[in-house]
Amino acid sequence: MSRNNLILVVGVIIVAAVVILNLDLNTEKKTETAEIKIGISLGFTGPLESLAPAMNQGAQMAISEVAESNALLGGSKVAAVTGDSTCADTAAAVATGERLVTAENVNAIVGAMCSGAAQAVLEAVAMPNGIVMISGSATAPVLSTVDDNGLFFRTAPSDARSAEVLADILLEGGYKSIAITYVNNDYGKGLGSAIEANFVAGGGTVTINTGHEENKGDYSADAAALAQAGGDILVVAGYADGGGGAIIQGSLDIGSFETFFLPDGMYADSLTTSFGSQIEGSFGASAGTDSPGDATFKTLFAEAGHEYNVYAGEYYDAAALILLSMQAANSASSSDFKGHVMDVANAPGEKIYPGELAKALQILADGGDVDYVGASAVELIEPGESGGSYLQYEVRNGKFETVGYR
Amino acid sequence: MIDVANAITLLANYIIVPSLAYGSQLALGALGITLVYAVLRFSNFAHGEMMSFGTMIAILMVWLFQSIGISIAPLPTALIALPFSIITTIFLLLILDKFVFRYYQSQRVQPVTFMIVSVGVMFFLAGFIRFIIGTSKKNFADGERFIIKASEFKQMTGLAEGLSIRTTQAITVIATLILVTAIFWFLNKTRMGKSMRAFSDNEDLALLSGIKPERVIIVTWMLVGALAAVAGTLYGLDKGYKPFVYLQLVLPIFAAAIVGGVGNPIGAVIGGYVIAFSEAFITFAYKRFLTYLLPDEWAPDGLVQLLSTEYKFAVSFVLLVIVLLVRPTGLFRGKTL
Repeated sequence: MSRNNLILVVGVIIVAAVVILNLDLNTEKKTETAEIKIGISLGFTGPLESLAPAMNQGAQMAISEVAESNALLGGSKVAAVTGDSTCADTAAAVATGERLVTAENVNAIVGAMCSGAAQAVLEAVAMPNGIVMISGSATAPVLSTVDDNGLFFRTAPSDARSAEVLADILLEGGYKSIAITYVNNDYGKGLGSAIEANFVAGGGTVTINTGHEENKGDYSADAAALAQAGGDILVVAGYADGGGGAIIQGSLDIGSFETFFLPDGMYADSLTTSFGSQIEGSFGASAGTDSPGDATFKTLFAEAGHEYNVYAGEYYDAAALILLSMQAANSASSSDFKGHVMDVANAPGEKIYPGELAKALQILADGGDVDYVGASAVELIEPGESGGSYLQYEVRNGKFETVGYR
Repeated sequence: MIDVANAITLLANYIIVPSLAYGSQLALGALGITLVYAVLRFSNFAHGEMMSFGTMIAILMVWLFQSIGISIAPLPTALIALPFSIITTIFLLLILDKFVFRYYQSQRVQPVTFMIVSVGVMFFLAGFIRFIIGTSKKNFADGERFIIKASEFKQMTGLAEGLSIRTTQAITVIATLILVTAIFWFLNKTRMGKSMRAFSDNEDLALLSGIKPERVIIVTWMLVGALAAVAGTLYGLDKGYKPFVYLQLVLPIFAAAIVGGVGNPIGAVIGGYVIAFSEAFITFAYKRFLTYLLPDEWAPDGLVQLLSTEYKFAVSFVLLVIVLLVRPTGLFRGKTL
């Protein structure tokens, strides 16, 4: 008897709870007139899944900062909806994009993470539906040339842009002929040929542009071939702890090159630990900024209890740009605010750093102008991508030293 | 005349000195493989990992010596670690022999079965080594790095080309000379060496003449262990130690042993140098060499490189195939496989 009673009581409680919760949800839905939804489509599964959580936290940080300020479009609510764009599976990325747009009715998408997925979602989902997409990490040069109806932006620089900057640094350094060795994968090959193209266009000559395999025991033959081609400087588009470092060792041993040009893959302290002042005067550049926004963002990110990883700042900026553009356009519709993204990101206007989104929303609401700097010193160049900022370094006294930013 | 001197220096710097060192390392490895093949009659694919094991012990000893401040500068500390490495490697091979190879010997299994067993031992050793020392690169060469630096050579001679000889290269060549001479002396002059050769030549006849097979096998493993430890340590000293490299190294070593005539010690040594020099000569870019020798108007624009350096290993295999087709017993009449 008592047992039946117990079941009865539990049942009543459950029914009551469901009814109350339902009522609660209903009331909430009624008051919620215009909730703005931002889709976050990142590769939570796939080959770069370890990087996705920090990017997601970056984007979420900007969205909740705006939500807490209650200043967007006269107090509209903002919410984030996440989706898995994977990295290599474009079909899955498109399906996720489709769900975000048609089922969740998002106003804009932050993402996708990898270049291939970003391009697929852009062409199959964002363009047919007229939804703005801002990626913080898709760097393939091809995305610059996609005819995107002004819907696609990225807060990360194109790889082609890095090569341009690297070739400029070489030309400015007075080098006329260079030898290039690249690690034989997409990164190295792309970087090697882009540096060659830009360097030749700038009037220099490339004596040899050849690949090396990772994971070999002996790189003396590679070093010998590079030595025969000659050149003022050896560009090593490889990895400091792999073949790149070994080729430098080989070149030093046979006395063929003394200065090396070191792109981002070689910018590691392990390199200066093993070679020290033997590579004195070698130099290079990698993505990096001296903007105070970077430090501010990292502090805020750590205070929120997140673990920093690459591109987290770029994603904070991507989400922030979307929300600020909405405010500038006074509309949450992609077709209205897509034209305001570049205005918000670039000068003129008051500089906006991470954590100052409420202030920016207020300025925009009052009809003022902002120049969003954010975590990654955002400066968008045509066609809607980050010009990127680069950290230039040189080996001095056997250590990497920062010599400037560009 | 200066041009000829420059051209010769160039070849010496880029081909002759590095290939002499690399060839010596291959020769020691091939000698070990050939001894196993001659006496125990199987292709020992675990030889690369045995070399790796020897190197690992040498590195651990070097670290120990460095931490207690023992050094023989300007020579690398690895030289005093070498005896310990040799002893430990021999000990390991005797254990492997007792618990793995001996069983298959007593069963008189086919050479193919033996080969597969050696592959199993290879995987076991590879895992064991990574378990102890990890997979990352270890540099354990210390002491003076160069005997002659390229820049010093240029100053001394006034030539445009430099010649650099590293201490490790010189040590490799000298150690190989000593070790190979000692092994040949052992095989040809001592009673044990002669029994080994007899056992290799005809096992049954050797048994009938009172040669104890257990002792022959133990001595063979001891020689192989010493060779593997020295070859591996010299290679690691010269090029930096990475565990996975020794698996790749097995391939040119086998090519060297087979090209020279497997089972024939002289062939193994010569084969090592043949492989090393042909790899270097075929993948070298002769642009500057020819620029020195030819009249200016004939100077080449391209690199004049027969094969890109990525095909270095392919060279040893093409050589291997040619030898197997044309002269299956190898250059020095070993046993046919």
